[in-house]
Amino acid sequence: MAVTGLVLVLFLVAHMLGNLKIFTGAEDFDHYAHWLRELGTPLLPYGWYLWLQRGALLVALAGHIWAATMLALRARSARPVKYAHRNKVQGSYAARTMRWGGVIIALFVIYHILDLTTGHLNPVGDPTRPQANVVADFAPERWYVTLFYTLAIVALGFHLRHGAYSALRSLGQQTPQGERRARGLALLFAVALSVGYLVVPFAVLLGLVR
Amino acid sequence: MNLTLRIWRQTGPEDKGRMVTYPVEDISPDMSFLEMLDVLNERLTLAGEEPVAFDHDCREGICGMCGMMINGNAHGPQRGTTACQLHMRQFTDGETIDIEPWRARAFPVVKDLVVNRNAFDQIIAGGGFVTAPTGSAPEAHAAPVAKADADAAFESAACIGCGACVAACPNGSGMLFTAAKVTQLSLLPQGQPERYTRVIGMVDSHDDAGFGGCTNAGECTVVCPKGIPLHTIGRLNRDYLAATAKHTGRS
Repeated sequence: MAVTGLVLVLFLVAHMLGNLKIFTGAEDFDHYAHWLRELGTPLLPYGWYLWLQRGALLVALAGHIWAATMLALRARSARPVKYAHRNKVQGSYAARTMRWGGVIIALFVIYHILDLTTGHLNPVGDPTRPQANVVADFAPERWYVTLFYTLAIVALGFHLRHGAYSALRSLGQQTPQGERRARGLALLFAVALSVGYLVVPFAVLLGLVR
Repeated sequence: MNLTLRIWRQTGPEDKGRMVTYPVEDISPDMSFLEMLDVLNERLTLAGEEPVAFDHDCREGICGMCGMMINGNAHGPQRGTTACQLHMRQFTDGETIDIEPWRARAFPVVKDLVVNRNAFDQIIAGGGFVTAPTGSAPEAHAAPVAKADADAAFESAACIGCGACVAACPNGSGMLFTAAKVTQLSLLPQGQPERYTRVIGMVDSHDDAGFGGCTNAGECTVVCPKGIPLHTIGRLNRDYLAATAKHTGRS
C-alpha cells in the first residue's frame, strides 16, 4: 500500500508541476507536452519514455488496488456479525473515506484520460494543442466539468492526507513527535497538491488563462 | 436512575443471538457499570430467568477480563477506563443503553457478552516471550536500560489484553495488541535475541487467527483503557521491515 502509493504520489507531484506550465503561456505548455514525448531520445524512440512511465504507473496502480482490495476483504471477513449500535468512526474523515474515496479517484482518472489524453470527451480533442484542450474543457459554460474535477481533487486531497500519514507509519515512523510531524506534513502536502491542481481549472474559469 | 438496557443475548456459540430489552430501576449513579449489570442479574435470577453472562475479574481495571461495547463504544463513553471502572454517573436518567459483545471473527461469542479471546494467546505463542532464563529479579544495574527505552517499554507493557482495540477497529485488526506485546520486549536487552523472529512470528499468528489488517485508522488507541499510543504500531512496522530485509525468522 505504502510503496505503490508513494510511486503514484511522485507522479502526482510531477503532473501538478507540469500543469502549472499553463501560466507561462500556450506555447510553453504545448512545448512541454511535446517534450514529454521527446524525453529520452535519442536513447529511446519518440514517445517511448511516456509509454514506459504509463506502464510503471499501471503496475503501481494495480498493486495499490490489489492491496486495498485484500485489506477490504480481510476487514469484511474479520467481523462477520455487525454491531447493532455503532458510533461513527472517531478517526479522521480522511481515514474513514479511504476506500470510497479511492473508487471516486479511479473513476475520475478514467474520465480524465478519455478527456485530456485521448480527447474523446473533449470539445477540442486535438492532441497537438493541449493548451486549447484545457481551455475548452474548463470554459464557464462547461461548469459541470470544473465541478466534477474539483470534487475529484478534493477527494484526492483527503486520500493523500491519510495516505501519506499512513504510509510513513507503515515505513516505520515510531515516535510521538514523529507522529505529529507526519500528520502536519501529510496535511500540508495534501493541501499544497490540491491547490496546485485546482488553480488551473479555476484560472481558466475566471478567464485568467485563455 | 431508571434506564432501558438493550443487551445481546445468545445462549451459546451455535445460537444466532438477538438484542433483548430490559428496564432497570433505582440504579445509583455511584455504581459501576458491572454492578448495574449485577443488579439486573439478581432480578433476573429471582424471576427465574437466565442471568446475562459477562466476563469480569479484578474490577479495578488491571486484569483485562471485562469488556463490552456500550452504546457503540468499547468499554463505554469514558476514555482510558475499563467497563468495570465506568460509573453510572456517565449516563443520564432515562437513557437507553445498548450493550453488545466484542465483534470479531477471531473472538467468537461463548455466551451473551462473553467472547473467547484465545486468539490473543495464539499471537503470544507466535513469539511474545523471551527464552533466556531470567531467574529471580536481577540486580538493577546489571543490565542498564536507557530511560527513554524503559519508559516506552513500560507504556507498551501496560496492555492488559482486553481486546477493545479489536472491537473498535473498523478492520477488526488486532495490531495495537500485537504491537504492544512486540514493543515491550523489543526495547529491552532481554528481548534482543529473538527480536526479529518474534515480530514475524507474532504478525503471522495474528493474520492466521483471522484478524483484519491495520490501516492506521486510529480507533484502537482512542478506546484503549491503557492509552497505548498508535505509534507503537510504527515500532512493530520498523522491526517487521528490518526482519523481512534480513530474511530471518519465518519458520
